[in-house]
Parts: sequence; C-alpha cells; structure tokens
Amino acid sequence: MEYEVIVGLETHAELATVTKLFCGCSTKFGSEPNTQVCPVCLGMPGVLPVMNKKAFEYALKAAIALNCKIDEFTNFDRKSYYYPDLPKNYQISQNYYNLGVDGYMDICVHDRINRVRIHNVHLEEEAGKLIHPEEAGADYSLVDFNRAGVPLLEIVSYPDMRNVDEVESYMQTLRKILLYTEVSDCKMQEGSLRFEASISLRKKGAEKLGNRVEIKNLNSMKSVLKAIEYETKRQADSLDQGETVDRETRLWDEVNEKSARMRSKEEAQDYRYFPEPDLLPVVVDGKWLDEVKVTIPELPLARKQRFIEVFKLSDYDTSLLVEEKILADFFEDCIKIVDRPKVFCNWITNDLLREVNERKLDIHHLPIRPYQLAALVEIIEKGAISSTIAREVFSEMVQTGEAPQAIIEEKKLAQISDEGLIEAVIVKVISGNPAVIEDYKKGKKNALTFLVGQVMKETKGKANPKMVNELLQRKIDA
Amino acid sequence: MKIGKKDIEYIAHLSRIELSETEKETFVCQLSDILSYIEKLNRLNTEAVKPMSCTVNATNVLRDDILESSLSLEEAQFNAPATKGVFFKVPKVIE
Repeated sequence: MEYEVIVGLETHAELATVTKLFCGCSTKFGSEPNTQVCPVCLGMPGVLPVMNKKAFEYALKAAIALNCKIDEFTNFDRKSYYYPDLPKNYQISQNYYNLGVDGYMDICVHDRINRVRIHNVHLEEEAGKLIHPEEAGADYSLVDFNRAGVPLLEIVSYPDMRNVDEVESYMQTLRKILLYTEVSDCKMQEGSLRFEASISLRKKGAEKLGNRVEIKNLNSMKSVLKAIEYETKRQADSLDQGETVDRETRLWDEVNEKSARMRSKEEAQDYRYFPEPDLLPVVVDGKWLDEVKVTIPELPLARKQRFIEVFKLSDYDTSLLVEEKILADFFEDCIKIVDRPKVFCNWITNDLLREVNERKLDIHHLPIRPYQLAALVEIIEKGAISSTIAREVFSEMVQTGEAPQAIIEEKKLAQISDEGLIEAVIVKVISGNPAVIEDYKKGKKNALTFLVGQVMKETKGKANPKMVNELLQRKIDA
Repeated sequence: MKIGKKDIEYIAHLSRIELSETEKETFVCQLSDILSYIEKLNRLNTEAVKPMSCTVNATNVLRDDILESSLSLEEAQFNAPATKGVFFKVPKVIE
C-alpha cells in the first residue's frame, strides 16, 4: 500500500535575553549548576513572577516575523504536572490565549516556494535540566535549575509537510528567521533550539489522517529527519499488517536509531490549565506593535530573492550569502562602496567563508571589515596587483586587519608594470631556456606559456601578466 | 453536581496525596456540597460577559532585562530534602 506521510513540527527556542522570564537570574549557559537560581525560579512559596519585557518583545517579534495575527490582549496560564525538573509543579505557559495565531512561513523546496501554516506562537518558561547518573543501579536523578525559568518560545506548525525535504527546509528556514531577528542563538548543541515532530500516515488519495504519533528527544535536525523516516516505515508496516497505529508519544533513541513508546506518558495527561493568577494580562497596543515591527530586518527568503533580482546572482551564490545575516550584511556593505556584486560574492563565498570555516569562528571575530575588502577589490580592478597576489594580501588582511594598500607596500607586492624591469627578466629567462625557445620556433606554441610562467616566478608573481605576454612574444618573434 | 469516589481518587492522584477510605468519603460529601453551591452561578446569564482571569484592574506589569543577584549554592540547597554535590537529588526519573 502506498501512504502519504503528514508531518507537523513543534519548535522550542530559548530566547536570547540576559535574564530569565520571571526573575533577574542569569540565563547564561554552562555555568556551575544551581548558581543561577532564586526563590522565584526555584518555586518557593510566596514569590511572585514579573514578566521580562524583552522576552515578551522577542516573542512578539518572532510571531510577527512568522506572519501571525497578534491579538491586542494576551494572558498566561498554568499548566500543572509533577516532574522533578519543574520546581513549582506547574509551568507558566499559554493555553487560552496565544501571543500569535494563524501565521505562516514560506519555505523553499527544490526551487519551489511552499507555505507552511503556523498554528500558534506562544511564550512559556523553560524547565530545569535532569541528569541521569551513569553508575549502574543508581536510584536517583540529579537536577540543575539554572535553566528553569529561561524564556522559551514555542512555535507550533500545522501538519503541512509531506516529506523530509520539506521538514528540513522548514527547520532551516525557521532557524534562519530566529537568527535574523536575533531572538535566539539557536544553538542546538546547547538545547536552545529543539524540535518535536508529529507524524501520521494516510493512504494515498484518502482524506482522513491516521493516528498522530509524537516523537520527542530529537537532538539535531538530522535526528528529526531520521526519526521521520523510521516512523514512516514503522507505521506503514503496522498498517500493511492490518494493525492500527496508536496515538502516543515516542522517544527517539539516537544510538539505535529507533523510536520507543514513552512510559511516563502512557496515561492521559491532565494539565488542568487555568489563567495564571500571579501575572497580569499584557495588552499590545498599535504603538508598541509598530515599535517591535521596525526592529524586524528583511528576512532571509526575501533577501535572497532581492539579491537574485537586483544583483543578478545565482540561486546557489545567494543561498550561501543569506545563510547568515552577518554574511549578507557584509556583502551589502561592500557593494555600497564598490558596485561589483559578483566580484564581492566570489570573495565572500569562497575566500572569506573558507577563512571563517578554517578558524571555526564567526565573521565578526575576524578583523577584516567590508571597507577593507572593497579597497582590495578597487586595487585589483585598477590592475595594481594580480589575482594571485590579491589572495596573499587578503589572507594577510584576515589575520591582521590591516588595510590592503599598507600590506602591499610593506611586503612590496605591487604589480611590476615597468617595461624595462620586465624586459630585463625576460632576457634572463630566454637566455636560460634555449631549448624551449627552439621548441617555440618549431611551432610548439604552448612553450610560450612555460616562459611566461618562468617570468612570473622570477618576479614572485608580481609582473603584470598581460605585459609579460606581449613583451615576451615580441622578444622571441623579433 | 455529584462527585463520586472515583473523582476524589483521581484528584488525589493528580495532587499526589494519599487519602484513607474515611477521608475519601468525607471529601465526596464536602466537594459535592461546594460544587452544588457554586453551581448557583449557572443560573446567571453571562453571555455578554468576558471571562475574567484577574481581579486587579491593571495590565503590562513588566520588568527590564537587567541582571539581579541569585542565591548562593548553599542558600539554594538549604531547604532541599536531598542534594548531591552541586545538584538537587530526586528519586530516579524513568523515561
């Protein structure tokens, strides 16, 4: 039987605030456990949460960027459940109101634009971190509450994805939007960005969806895709054998690449949501909404399309450029100074990216600035240095942050365009290679290329290649 | 509204409390009484009334994203029933 797979994603992103959602404790990752806690985030009796304005605005910003409808009035709710990583025995989340609803995000799959609808975007608090000791037979778990209360954004998509390529593009696009809007650092290895997938199958052409299976514990985008492939096959096999697929939550086992039923979720959850009495509602008026709206930059997909249209760059080149906002910004800053989009695109996507990747750094950690790359390109365009020398200058610029002109002068790298100087070298090369000159005269024309190479070598690549060619030819033919 | 023993047991389980048989019977009566009393509100027509979640007439109480001092590890762990090193220690969580 042929089936169609239907996927929806729930995304959690920790917001990039300095302090937690309801208290002034730090959100810094990787500190000593239980040192970024206070009575509020430890859930001690009698404390009151106070909403972090920045966290709320970040959530608002993301909701707007995901084209959500923003209601003027929003409120928070208590979700009650017992779990040791939740010190209050309830999580402050949103249920009756969501910050944003009915949004969408356009994704690009095989050069086609697909629209995935966003069900809602809401704000909640993060739970603590549980550590399970590795020693055999340990009858305890350990808790670090540093993470408890960190602002967490939840983005719930509609089940609008039909294959792993769409899911991958959704995750990548969403990540880029969250990075472009600077609301989250999206470090998956630190858990700042996490995905949960709900997967169901239906017979090709049928209307009715099968039972939905939720998959948790997906630690990377790769795990999400693997889990979907595994689940698709597992559910298809069950259906083919006439069995039904249970509606359940399963955990992804990264090591064995399998999913297994989650024991703690076997009984139905009863969260008893009710409006959070310790928080006051938040009203987002038009003025506030506008203030947040203007902080949203041009988003990756729109920027990519503009780069293709305005600068006539290829799909591939623009994908590389918009991958990171800082890279695209660097590019635009360059072409504001010297209007050579394709030239800068090559420098940035080849040379600059290579330097960045080799050092495993972000661009802003390198001392090179757009005006310096622009100056280098101007020097090349004037013919003052060859492209080989330019690469040498560039790699020096990346290391030291010095201006290209200064490097060229200091290292005496300027192109030699003095006819007398070049001729002197040519004479030397000709007298040193009589056999090659013989070959050339017998009609072996590529012998000339070898001689040009020798002249360039003698001048350490600094001779103007065009002049070398012309002068050499004149000299031999004479 | 009638509350049965099953309901009481369910609520007790959600709240992680153990009740004796006598307690369960007491609570069946008491909770039923409370709910019947509250049910009087259903006689009111509330069609045009918006649900209210807060009795204070205020909105947008927000704080700036400014770091404040946290507790020391000793203070944080002071009331904990069990700790291990820098962690809080809890019964094993099965997943």
